[in-house]
Amino acid sequence: MTDVLAAESATIGEPALNIAIFGAFVLITLAITFRASRNNKSAADYYAAGRSITGQQNGLAIAGDYLSAASFLGIAGAIAIYGYDGFLYSIGFLVAWLVALLLVAELMRNTARFTMADVLAFRMRQGPVRTAAAISTLAVSLFYLLAQMAGAGGLVALLLGVSGAVAEAVVVVLVGALMIFYVLVGGMRGTTWVQVIKATLLIAGAGVMTIWVLAQYGFNLSALLGGAAEVGTDAVLRPGAQYGLSDTTRLDFISLALALVLGTAGLPHVLMRFYTVPTAKAARTSVVWAIWLIGIFYLFSLVIGYGAGALVGAERIAAAPGAVNSAAPLLAFELGGTVLLGIIAGVAFATILAVVAGLTITASASFAHDVYASVIKKGDVPPNGEVRVARITAVVIGGVAILLGIFALRAGLNIAFLVALAFAVAASANLPTILYTLFWKRFTTQGALWSIYGGLIACVGLILFSPVVSGAETSMFPGVDFAWFPLRNPGLVSIPLSFLLGWLGTVLTKERPNEEKWAELEVRALTGIGAEKAVQH
Amino acid sequence: MTPPAERRLLTPEEYRQAQASPEFAELRARFRRFAFPMTVAFLAWYLLYVLLSTYAPDFMATDVFGNVNVGVLLGLGQFVSTFAITHLYVAHANRRTDPIADEMRERLEAHDYAPGHGGHDRAPDHGVSTRKRSTRD
Repeated sequence: MTDVLAAESATIGEPALNIAIFGAFVLITLAITFRASRNNKSAADYYAAGRSITGQQNGLAIAGDYLSAASFLGIAGAIAIYGYDGFLYSIGFLVAWLVALLLVAELMRNTARFTMADVLAFRMRQGPVRTAAAISTLAVSLFYLLAQMAGAGGLVALLLGVSGAVAEAVVVVLVGALMIFYVLVGGMRGTTWVQVIKATLLIAGAGVMTIWVLAQYGFNLSALLGGAAEVGTDAVLRPGAQYGLSDTTRLDFISLALALVLGTAGLPHVLMRFYTVPTAKAARTSVVWAIWLIGIFYLFSLVIGYGAGALVGAERIAAAPGAVNSAAPLLAFELGGTVLLGIIAGVAFATILAVVAGLTITASASFAHDVYASVIKKGDVPPNGEVRVARITAVVIGGVAILLGIFALRAGLNIAFLVALAFAVAASANLPTILYTLFWKRFTTQGALWSIYGGLIACVGLILFSPVVSGAETSMFPGVDFAWFPLRNPGLVSIPLSFLLGWLGTVLTKERPNEEKWAELEVRALTGIGAEKAVQH
Repeated sequence: MTPPAERRLLTPEEYRQAQASPEFAELRARFRRFAFPMTVAFLAWYLLYVLLSTYAPDFMATDVFGNVNVGVLLGLGQFVSTFAITHLYVAHANRRTDPIADEMRERLEAHDYAPGHGGHDRAPDHGVSTRKRSTRD
């Protein structure tokens, strides 16, 4: 794999320029991170940016967290090559936000302090439920990290002109080290500002490319679609190019669609962003901003994808290093030459850096707050002990991410697809328990544990025995075959199973639901009384 | 947002009283009457779209004008409906649920739901009268 990359490392553009633009982004964000770190005193500062982020800023930061490399590179590439089927991804990613807006965001903001487990364990026995929630948080974050690091790998060969296993590994280590630095020094406040800057750059960059592409077709969508169909085939305009091959792929697509729409509201790093704002109303504002920004961005990526299909052509994209993921950078080069490519490349790298930082802080907060402070120390933690543990955990997770990244580079995994798996885990392990906790009075500890562990084990287990891991040419281990589960995405089975287990675990226990805690949860969730306030500095 | 109210934490009994109050029932009903049917509606519309894309590709490939086909229009329709539902939800929250939530929050901060508040007896059965008092405004 690496040898092939090295052999045809037809780097496009000026690597020096790409590196310079990326370097500028790093310097600016580092400066901001340093400034932000001056205010990092308490746990609320470190985990939740002192709850002083405005709704609008948080909306941008959510968009920054959500529009990962998978969204930018993966979706545009999928549309360029498979046409319509790539578009379906973006629709699932967007509609999913309505679940977060209508059912989850404000209620979670009102009841929790720092992590998803704060809500899930609210009415339950703290130790077991917190542990379960922390484990599923780590699982989702690691899947997501793997996806981001895989994306970084593909980009390296194409954009920075480095090739060969060692050089690519060095780049991954560098990205990982920078990310650890942002998280250690800046905490949530620094990470938030990195997200805000990145989202602004990403959406602006995509907007420029969209207008540029549309201008070539007289601002006529029909002409653009016609152009894509002419260069590719008519198949790019109709559904089914990727998923319409057989009954199994069709079922696989429905499974994927389900995971996408139910996954977002269970992503721990997205949920954690709601705690950075001062009120539930600001949480609502931030989701509204996020929906508009993300929606507009996906409309851009529709144009960019078909534009790449029409102006670059599926064959050239597939042949480039980075394959599908190189569609957007190649289009940028086609349109604006080395300068636009440099900007888009810098933005893509910033994207990976920012998302990885967001994931790391979430995973480390979950470990420090839920496992260390609440379960191991039973709440008896010296001042700043929790934040110290969170920082150590961030370094460990950063190290794991670097190792995963090097592994992902070797395996050449598809990013949008990996992100979809992270969504499946989130939808299976987290969402059922979140909804039951918020809306079902009878829900008990046993129900929560069955649902979290059942969903998590079913989801990860089915992935292990799916064609993703073994038995197909595109598998991680193509040489062996232990795949008995036919679908590449397990959501269709694991999500309903998790809902069922949550219900079953609840009705099969003699444990009485804690009515006092239920009253407190419901009143707090809907009225916002007792919600954590902004930190005064 | 008045910090002094946090000096005394709310008791479990106050939460129970607040939860049992008619204004809270109204708040919960207003929230759920909007959020639940709307969730069912947008999920159904999304699944319909997914199923059409999966099992009726020929229908989705029908050209409507130029090269724009039914599939592209329905896909864009998902964007429009998402933006529209977002807007409707914000309007609903601002008009229908926020006023009750704001008022209840103020009263909770003033410990208005505490048993025996405002000259009432501490006897448990007087919780009812506290609640009645609450409904007047």
